[in-house]
Amino acid sequence: MQPLNAPPRDPAPSRTAYRIHRLWLTPMFRAMLRIGLPVVAVLASVGWYFSNPQNIENLQIKAADIRRSIQERPEFMVKLMAIDGASGEIAEDIRQIVPLDFPVSSFDLDLTGIRNRIEELDAVARVDLRIRPGGILQVRVRERVPAVVWRTDQGLDLLDYTGSRVASIGSRADRMDLPLLAGAGVKDAVPEALALLATAAPVAGRIRGLVRMGERRWTLVLDRGQSILLPEAQPIQALEQIMALQQAQDLLARDIVAVDMRNENRPTLRMAESAIEELRRIKGLGAGEQ
Amino acid sequence: MMDLYSSQRAMRNMRKAAMQRGVIAILDVGTSKIACLVLRFDGPETLRESDGVGSMAGQSSFRIIGAATTRSRGVRFGEIDAMQETERAIRTAVQAAQKMANVRVDHVIACFSGAGPRSYGLAGSIELHDSQVSEQDVARALAACEVPDFGAGREVLHAQPVNFALDHRSGMGDPRGQIGNKLAVDMHLLTVDTDVIQNLLYCINRCDLDLAGIASSAYAAGISSLVEDEQELGAACIDMGGGTTGLSIFIKKHMIYTDCVRMGGDHVTMDISKGLQVPLATAERIKTFYGGVHATGMDDREMIEIGGDTGDWEHDRRTASRAELIGIMRPRVEEILEEVRARLDAAGFEHLPSQQIVLTGGASQIPGLDGLAPKILGQQVRIGRPLRVQGLPQAATGSPFAAAVGLCLFAAHPQDEWWDFEIPSERYPARSLKRAVKWFKENW
Repeated sequence: MQPLNAPPRDPAPSRTAYRIHRLWLTPMFRAMLRIGLPVVAVLASVGWYFSNPQNIENLQIKAADIRRSIQERPEFMVKLMAIDGASGEIAEDIRQIVPLDFPVSSFDLDLTGIRNRIEELDAVARVDLRIRPGGILQVRVRERVPAVVWRTDQGLDLLDYTGSRVASIGSRADRMDLPLLAGAGVKDAVPEALALLATAAPVAGRIRGLVRMGERRWTLVLDRGQSILLPEAQPIQALEQIMALQQAQDLLARDIVAVDMRNENRPTLRMAESAIEELRRIKGLGAGEQ
Repeated sequence: MMDLYSSQRAMRNMRKAAMQRGVIAILDVGTSKIACLVLRFDGPETLRESDGVGSMAGQSSFRIIGAATTRSRGVRFGEIDAMQETERAIRTAVQAAQKMANVRVDHVIACFSGAGPRSYGLAGSIELHDSQVSEQDVARALAACEVPDFGAGREVLHAQPVNFALDHRSGMGDPRGQIGNKLAVDMHLLTVDTDVIQNLLYCINRCDLDLAGIASSAYAAGISSLVEDEQELGAACIDMGGGTTGLSIFIKKHMIYTDCVRMGGDHVTMDISKGLQVPLATAERIKTFYGGVHATGMDDREMIEIGGDTGDWEHDRRTASRAELIGIMRPRVEEILEEVRARLDAAGFEHLPSQQIVLTGGASQIPGLDGLAPKILGQQVRIGRPLRVQGLPQAATGSPFAAAVGLCLFAAHPQDEWWDFEIPSERYPARSLKRAVKWFKENW
């Protein structure tokens, strides 16, 4: 007689199941499956994704978009440029050479480049740039202060105390308050020139200007055609000597054409024609009396 | 003999490797169940000394981390009968134990009960070269034992030196380093059928496992069930299994005799099945629920539903009294015990100083056996259960697991066997020595 119900299931694992179970209990295999397999899968999928250049491009575009959207948030936008410490003309120049199309993102501003370009302006001694909260590009400018007028072949230039050019002027009459310099190589010697002018303060009213001779020494030109030829070395001391003579003996009020201090051992006076004649006459008188 | 040497030595090396790795499996291939235990060795115990608690029989250096049993299939009388079935059963047990332990085991120590074990007592003696006993002398003494002709198709399972005698002094455990002239050794040799071992080896190899040791289950049961003084003073352990009843006699902590009776609990079940006309499964259930060997007046009135599924009402409503059941079981149990008695008598058990007998194994759980056994085996009979070992599940602490637990102890503290001693130098092939000499001459 056949049993009515099916025989009970065999509880024994099949040889394959047994082997798989044993494999699963192998620590190395388990580690490989738990760590090795996911790592390999992730690497493979990433590698497959990047093997397509289209995907790389898409990703780059996406990244650029996100970057753009962050940079263009209103918090980072610069809406206007404020210029401090510059006169109207220079401010106008600055606005011209920094052609920014506001509003612009602060990430796109090359502040160093802008600063270098502004500093290229002659009239600007120093410039500080910063982006103030509220989207304002703050430009703080220190202008060069013109100290002297320099006459060249091309025209009249204003120089500051370091010798840097500030601006050009149409005529000497525009800046009568500034002393006049002339000659080649003036730019490097402006501080010295200023010191000489300060030394020559007792005759300030008579000074016509300073002439740089041969790019090495100064000649102080006074009115009435007088000039003081200063040495190359230690011109200030030489001028001080002359100022002392002026104070003591009123030297420059006399009828002389030039005081030559070039040789410090032998200062020389060149007298005017009439004065020589007068001197001869006086000497002659003396001789005649004899 | 050299072949056995090498195979047993290979097994010993494998066991060492397994212990190094720390995990080894125990496989008890029985007739009614196959048990698999997974042991984890924690190395030599270092902390225990300071605790003030010494290890009990040295078993505390391992821990059982996986245990599984399955109904045995294809095994009869402790021998593999249907190989595929047995292989499946072993696979089931090993897989479940591995799952519980959550570790993969590669090495297994197996024990089995059948295969017609036969004990031989061997004696050998040598004159010592110099007066002190060296390892080589022990090896030579062992080699001098006259090996009986145990016949073709038999294999040595255990060969344990039991006793050493130096001149007139006998009963030495370890003669090395002692002074004397003549060293004598007594050895216990246990042989089993080769085919049975081959079959078991094949089954275990089919499960991708390496056999790291093999033992007789009667021996293993004796290790775990006999307490220390019984092992020392002399006792017999009777492992009443499903298909066979193994008996092992211990004295001075050495096994000196092993035999097995090819009858067991399954035969009791078979008798019930035949006597009550019920299927084997029902008979097994009736035996375990209502079985016994002592009938009382109460048992006449206790009726057991036998059942059946023929569809015939009269047949399916049969009942039997418990007295009837006991009447079926008792003769068979008596027969088993009488056979055991006969084997013990044949072994000369009555000459031992102690007549202690310990019953263990699954069939020793029959209620009333402790009353019946003394009538046949003598007064000093007790029902034993295996030693408690660390990590053993509660379900596996009973007497059916005596052999499995004993095998754990065997794995942790193996007894010295013949092949654990050095190979005597005369036994080395002469050619290799010559070759070594030649090599020296050529290179020096």
